[in-house]
Amino acid sequence: MRKLPFSPWHLLLMPLALLFVLPLVQMVLTSFMSNAEINQFPPKLIPSSLHLSGWRALLAETSAPRWLLNSIIVSAVSVTAHLALCSTAGYGFARLRFAGRGVAFLAVVATVMIPIQLLMIPTYLMFARIGIIDTLAAAFVPWLASAFGIFLMRQFFLSLPAELEEAALIDGCGRWRTFRSIVLPLARPALATLAVFTLLSSWNDLLWPLIAISDDSRFTLQVGLAGFQGTRHTEWSQLMAGNVLATMPLILAFLLAQRRFVATMSLTGLKG
Amino acid sequence: MAGVTFALARPLAAPRARRRLDLTGWAFAGPATLVVVGLSLFPAVWAFFISRAKWNGVAPGVPVGWGNYQRLVQDPDLLAAARHTLLLTVLFVPASIILGIVVAIALNQKIRLIGFYRTCIFVPYVASAAATGILATFVFNPQFGAADEVLRRLGVPAQQFLESPSQALFVIVLIALWGEVGFTTVVYLAALQDIPRELVEAATMDGAGRWRVFRHVTLPELRPVTVFAAVWQTITAVQLFDLIYTTTRGGPLNSTQTIVYYIYELAFQTQRLGYGAAAAYLLFVVTLLLTLGIIWYSRRRGSEVF
Repeated sequence: MRKLPFSPWHLLLMPLALLFVLPLVQMVLTSFMSNAEINQFPPKLIPSSLHLSGWRALLAETSAPRWLLNSIIVSAVSVTAHLALCSTAGYGFARLRFAGRGVAFLAVVATVMIPIQLLMIPTYLMFARIGIIDTLAAAFVPWLASAFGIFLMRQFFLSLPAELEEAALIDGCGRWRTFRSIVLPLARPALATLAVFTLLSSWNDLLWPLIAISDDSRFTLQVGLAGFQGTRHTEWSQLMAGNVLATMPLILAFLLAQRRFVATMSLTGLKG
Repeated sequence: MAGVTFALARPLAAPRARRRLDLTGWAFAGPATLVVVGLSLFPAVWAFFISRAKWNGVAPGVPVGWGNYQRLVQDPDLLAAARHTLLLTVLFVPASIILGIVVAIALNQKIRLIGFYRTCIFVPYVASAAATGILATFVFNPQFGAADEVLRRLGVPAQQFLESPSQALFVIVLIALWGEVGFTTVVYLAALQDIPRELVEAATMDGAGRWRVFRHVTLPELRPVTVFAAVWQTITAVQLFDLIYTTTRGGPLNSTQTIVYYIYELAFQTQRLGYGAAAAYLLFVVTLLLTLGIIWYSRRRGSEVF
């Protein structure tokens, strides 16, 4: 057998890499095509020139700018609340002694067994009772905290040596100050992982906002896109522009912080 | 249980000091616990009561006992949905695991462009399932989609893909794999890098070829990860919703109607809340048994399987 001038693994990886990334490239390129060009046969990958009609239609004729803003608000609130609530709870379960701790932690862990479809109906009814149907709150309340986040932070704090905190406590530092000024700064890697997890979950969430929000001006990007897919089935450049808007923020974040994303993806394993 | 042992182990502090400790503890752990339990355990229990009533969410519900469940067992739509869900799971789970292992091994090589390959293969995972579904309807479009164009160049006649009742579910499995293989790959890549180098070296020194090292050293080391990945991907497959909502909405001719999508339709399109909740409970029990089954099976088979 003649030896290849390159590793045979390239023969597997190159086509595979293209298979994974080309649809995304086509998505971006198609958003810059005219609808006539998209309907041509045979189909083209590269636009003849930069047509902005799809983008113009998306930004001017739909509420997409509003949806983008809504998505940003929902993700920002989700990530902030998730970090605050899960880090304090993780610390409480890891370090503090209090009545009912065992039962409370068990209850939190048990929730990972409950599938989302079991929760759809009662959650919708609950949101209706507390009056947050058709508000952005319906999109971020499900992501304020999670069993995964609490568990992740608890495991992290358990792995920290307790001596540091003990010294501070003996010096008369209260629990809260010890947590904020000594423990939390050490928890940056775990917090970053949790932030990525929450960002992915809340930004990409479709089901919760879909069932709880029907007012066009309160849609997140995912809901807005899913909705006008049915009604504007032929305006592909506009649809693809919307897709770019919905995916690019996370793809850019991924490209900038790939290591952190990959660490989060492999850690999601803790959830099971 | 943990709470009881813990109460005994606690030093006998003065009641007031103890109460202060309890307060501090709950101040830290309480808010998140309240959110998580309030948004899952509480509604899950509520769903059970809803499942025993005939209710459209507006008029007062009529208690029907186990009536909803009895009707579900004979519901042809539910049976069809269960069949679709099962087929989807049986195709998706092994494929995502095998692809994950193969791609992870390839990405674990020290060759040029490896960073580029990794980025390309992981990137679809961060794209939302909703956007992936919309992109897929474009790529698999029978009129001008890229998929048919590739087939045409290979001399294969054009296919209907998502618009064909006999193909749609398989296309959805492919799309789901495109979006999820990044995840299994990352998990396996991490596991591969955790295998002690000495193990592989020792086997090679003893004269084992590449394939035997893989078969008898690498695969057994990946077993725990495989159990996790199987459970995780099963849950993903059984709960698949976004992708179906943004591609076929259960069609054509209900051929991609999965159980979760069916529940969504029952509850939010036809307002049959009690019946929908009962279907959700039934699915919950089945998934639970399935998950336990996978764990039990892989434990029993031990290293023979992986």
